[in-house]
Amino acid sequence: MLRSRFRPVAVLLPLVLLTAGCGGGGGQTEIKVFAAASLTAAFNKLGEDYAAANSGTRVTFNFAGSQALATQIQQGAPADVFASADVTNMDKVKDLVSLPQVFASNRLQIIVAAGNPKGVKGLADLARDDLKVVLAAPEVPAGKYAEQALDKAGVTVEPVSLEDDVKSAVGKVRLGEADAAIVYVTDVAAGGDKVEGVDIPADQNVPATYPIATVKASTHQRQAQAFVDLVRSAQSQGVLQSFGFLPPPIS
Amino acid sequence: MTGAPRRRRAGASSAAPIPFVVLAALAVGFLALPLVGLLAQTPWRRLADELAAPQVRLALRLSLVCSLGAVGISLLVGLPLAFMLARVDFPGRNLVRALTTLPMVLPPVVGGVALLLAFGRRGVAGQWLDRAFGITLPFTTMGAILAEAFVAMPFLVITTEAGLRAMDRRFEDAAATLGAGRWTTFRRVTLPLIAPSLGAGTALCWARALGEFGATITFAGNLPGSTQTMPLAVYLALENDLEAAIALSLVLLAVSLAVLIALRDRWFPTA
Repeated sequence: MLRSRFRPVAVLLPLVLLTAGCGGGGGQTEIKVFAAASLTAAFNKLGEDYAAANSGTRVTFNFAGSQALATQIQQGAPADVFASADVTNMDKVKDLVSLPQVFASNRLQIIVAAGNPKGVKGLADLARDDLKVVLAAPEVPAGKYAEQALDKAGVTVEPVSLEDDVKSAVGKVRLGEADAAIVYVTDVAAGGDKVEGVDIPADQNVPATYPIATVKASTHQRQAQAFVDLVRSAQSQGVLQSFGFLPPPIS
Repeated sequence: MTGAPRRRRAGASSAAPIPFVVLAALAVGFLALPLVGLLAQTPWRRLADELAAPQVRLALRLSLVCSLGAVGISLLVGLPLAFMLARVDFPGRNLVRALTTLPMVLPPVVGGVALLLAFGRRGVAGQWLDRAFGITLPFTTMGAILAEAFVAMPFLVITTEAGLRAMDRRFEDAAATLGAGRWTTFRRVTLPLIAPSLGAGTALCWARALGEFGATITFAGNLPGSTQTMPLAVYLALENDLEAAIALSLVLLAVSLAVLIALRDRWFPTA
C-alpha cells in the first residue's frame, strides 16, 4: 500500500514521463510529410537527399491515398507538408495549407503480370469476362482518373475490388489475384519484374497533377518550406523523372 | 461490480490509494471520451436518411451475412476443436492450442496476406481449388466470410474449451452409466451444461467477425455488395463523407453494446 509520502511521486511520475516524451531529443527536428501513395519510392529518395542537405532535420513520411491524408489533415493530424496526387484533395484542405504548387504529373497505364499472359492490349480489353480487374476506389485519385479514362474510352468495367489506395491495386496484380489494374506509369515502374505496363493512348489517358504545400499549423515552417523547395528544384525533377514522373504541365 | 465479493466488508473501497483513483479516472476518461466524441458528432436528424442510403443497407446486409457465416463455420469446426482440446489427450495438443490462439494476436492484415498466400489464386491450396473446382476465393463473399472466420473462431474455441474444462464431468459419467452413448451424452448432458460458455463464445466470435477489417480488405478486397462489409464502408466513407462514417460507426457501436449487455451476467456478476 502506498503511504502518504509516496503519493506525490506516484501522481507526478507519469506526468513527468509524459512531458519528457513530448520534448524531443535536443536539436533534432522532424518534419512529417504526408504524401500520396504513388510518390512512395520517389519521395523516399528525396527524403534522403533532404537529410543529406539539412543535417539536424529528419523527414518522416506518411504515405496513403491522398483522400485519406486530406481527411487526416482536416482532423488535425500533425503534418508539415502535404503532397497530393490530385488537385481535388488539395482543395479540400486549401484553408489549412499555404498556396499549393504543382511539381509533377503522371499518366495512367494498365498493369498486368509480366509477359502479359491474358493479352491485354488496351482499356477495351478490361471489359472482358475472363479478366479480373481491380481499380482504386473512386475516392482515391487514381480511381477517379481511371473512371475518367474508362469514360473517355467508352468502356464499362466490372471491377472485382475497389482498393483503398493505388499501391494495393498494384499488390493484387503482383500477387496474381487480379489480372489487370489501372494505375500510374510510376507504379508499374516501381512494381518490379513481376509486372509490366500496357500503354493507354493519349486521347484516352488522364494526366494526374501533383500539388505540394506546407501546412499552416506546422511549427517547422522553415524546414517544411525547405522540403517543398527541394522537391521543386531542378535536381529533384531529375529524380522524379527517373521514377517515371513527368514535369508539371505548362499552364 | 456492485458488491461482487461478499467476503469483503462494506466500506472497504476507501483503501484505494489516492493516486489510483486519479489514474483510474484518467483510464475511464480515455476509454469513454472517444464514444462521447462519436455521439456528439452524430448527425441525429439525418441519421435515418444516412442509414437508409443504399450503400449503407448493402454494407449492413453483407456484414450480417458474413458475420453469421463466420459464426456458422466457427461453430461447425470450432466446437469439435474445443472438445478435442479440452477432453482428448492427443500428441501436440499444446501446439494445436497455440496455433488456434494465433489469429487473436496476429495483426489481421498479416492474417489477410497469409490467407492470400494459402487460398489466393496462386496460393498453396487456392491453386488446387482453382484447378480442380474453378473456385477462387479472393474478391468473393465466401472469401470475406473465411477472413472473418479466421480471425473470430479462436474466441469461440477458447471460451468453449474453458467451459468444457470447468464443468462437472460426473454428470457425463452418470449418463454413460445409464447407458447413453457418447453422442447422446454430448448432446443431452454436455451441451446444456456448457451452454453459457458456448453462448458467450458465440457472441464474442460474432462481435469480432462483425468488426473485422484488416484481413477482410486484404484477402477479399473491397466491393460494395460482395465484400464491402460495415467496417470497410466506415473506413472508405471517412474519406469523403464523415457523417455517413459516423452513422455507420454508431450502428457497430450499438451492436457491441448489445453484446456487452447480453453477456453482462457473465462478465459483471451482480449476485
